[in-house]
Amino acid sequence: MMLKVENLVQGYGGNIVLDGISFEVSTGEIVALLGPNGSGKSTIIKTVCDIMAPKSGSITIDGREVHDFDSSELAKVVSYVPQSSAAAVYTTVMDTVLVGRRPYIGWSYKNEDIEIAIDSMRKMNVESLSDKNVSELSGGQKQRVFLARSLAQDPDFFIFDEPTSALDLKFQMKTMISMRRIIKENGAGMLIALHDINLALNYTDKVIMIKDGKVLAFGDPKTTVTEDTIREVYGVDTEIIETKNGRYILPISPCDGEGGGF
Amino acid sequence: MLMGKLSELKSVIKGEMVDDTTRGQYEKSRRRKILFMLISGLALIVISMAVLGIGGIMISPLQVLETFLYKYFPGSFPPPEQAYYEVVIYGYRIPRILLGIMTGACLAVAGASMQGILKNPLADPFTLGLSSAASCGAGIGIVLGPMLFGSFYTTTYEFLGHYVSFQWIFMVLVAFMFGLASAMIIIMLTGKRAVSHSTLILTGVVVGYIFSAILSYLKYISDEAALKDLTLWLLGGMWGASWDAVVIVVPIGLIGIILMWRTAVDLNALSSGDDVAKNLGVKVSAVRKRIMILSALVTSACMAFTGIIGFVGLMAPHMVRMLIGNDNRYLIPASAIFGALILVSCDAIARYVIRPSELPVGIIMYLVGGVFFMFLIRKMRGGYDI
Repeated sequence: MMLKVENLVQGYGGNIVLDGISFEVSTGEIVALLGPNGSGKSTIIKTVCDIMAPKSGSITIDGREVHDFDSSELAKVVSYVPQSSAAAVYTTVMDTVLVGRRPYIGWSYKNEDIEIAIDSMRKMNVESLSDKNVSELSGGQKQRVFLARSLAQDPDFFIFDEPTSALDLKFQMKTMISMRRIIKENGAGMLIALHDINLALNYTDKVIMIKDGKVLAFGDPKTTVTEDTIREVYGVDTEIIETKNGRYILPISPCDGEGGGF
Repeated sequence: MLMGKLSELKSVIKGEMVDDTTRGQYEKSRRRKILFMLISGLALIVISMAVLGIGGIMISPLQVLETFLYKYFPGSFPPPEQAYYEVVIYGYRIPRILLGIMTGACLAVAGASMQGILKNPLADPFTLGLSSAASCGAGIGIVLGPMLFGSFYTTTYEFLGHYVSFQWIFMVLVAFMFGLASAMIIIMLTGKRAVSHSTLILTGVVVGYIFSAILSYLKYISDEAALKDLTLWLLGGMWGASWDAVVIVVPIGLIGIILMWRTAVDLNALSSGDDVAKNLGVKVSAVRKRIMILSALVTSACMAFTGIIGFVGLMAPHMVRMLIGNDNRYLIPASAIFGALILVSCDAIARYVIRPSELPVGIIMYLVGGVFFMFLIRKMRGGYDI
């Protein structure tokens, strides 16, 4: 399947945030959205999930506008995990993950739904917390519960907004590795906004670099993420280092000031 | 179909699938929720029966039983000590308890659902001003009704074997219109962007003030007799109870509760946030409107007969949530039972403390509910975000 964004223009009131964004995500690949804070990554994510209607442009899945999908039908195709979400009080991990089955059920969960929820918790390593209340968990544990809910939703496209920023380094990497495995095995696609360029370099198939509401570069991270594009997008001088473990960005200095301070 | 459901219920209650696996733990929590509902339902039945004898005329439980037995098997059992016991129990106490059950259930379900759509632990028909608005409407009905309709105002219609006066129908309608108006204010306020918990409650308080001002004006201009009626009725009491009230409130309340219960799965999704709920296929603003309108409807129907009764919609859902969690599929019916329990018990206390006279139950609810509200605010520093 193919998720295609063409000439997307989006904004809040009269303020244009995105001005003609185009890219596509196919099932089986992980695509990262890169850009500094306020560059519109979250806005792209929300628009792709049909949470916000675009000002103009089109978002299609296999040629069909996302806005034309029935809401429960779209819920089986794209799954959204925000940067942070409020945890409901007195709600267990199991109940939270089961909510991901909402598009598939009428009133009660069938055996299959419960098995899928348990399997999703296992994949995100939160099964042992299943009867704990989500509000009692640490930030990282909560986020893994929300990722498990997204897995339980069993979509064709995972659309994540910096889901790993609250996680420890180890769980950031583990999450990316697990998601990568799930995506390759299930033939799903993923669009993920990332803060950390190194994660994007090592765990994604393509990157989209956003600058001033436009796509500055889109493609294979090896050729797209360069010292030049990073300077353009983030305003930082860096050095890209090839190691036996992969390519890494070494930040040198901000490129707009004399000593670099404010 | 029904047999299948029943045998499934039996297996859940027996705990056949409970074990140490994650699945078993889930079944265990499900079993606990179902048992909790059965037990509190049973408690409601027992307490409702037990308080039948309490009031201006005290009737001992044994005499209550004798009255029942004599009514249904007059040949086999002796008549009760006093013949008028039957009139007291059937004519006054039973409709009063039924009205109490329905009012408690409606307010609790409206509270639970409003807390769900607004994700605000302090939301309920009372704190958001629905109650004041509805009672203002009903007050306008009381004062303006006779002027507008003259003798037609007291026309009665036969409904389910009871005579329903036009004045009640008119009061419920006006109360509902006003309740809707305040519901619209809340919908407009919360529709566009997230408002903080405290802003929402403050708005509710202010909406309450506005409608109270209108009511105070009504009190000021109304004559001696109407003033006494209005004042007493505003304190919130079950004096309005009669079979005629029951046949109006019960159908409206039941339909409202069932329709709100049906949104339980959507309410569960909403607890993960509006955006996530939308992504899960919930039509967020439609659900929000539906719940506010249904809450206004059930609140107005009850308030027209009982006056303002506060805090039930806050206490019942929170107690239930602490005991069985926030899954609205269980929370809503269990809150209904708890709300009914609270109101029926408090009304029995109201009938008991200064007998043979009685207190307005509204006063007791303000007292108990006010203390509970403070407890909740304290607790919110922990688990809840304000």
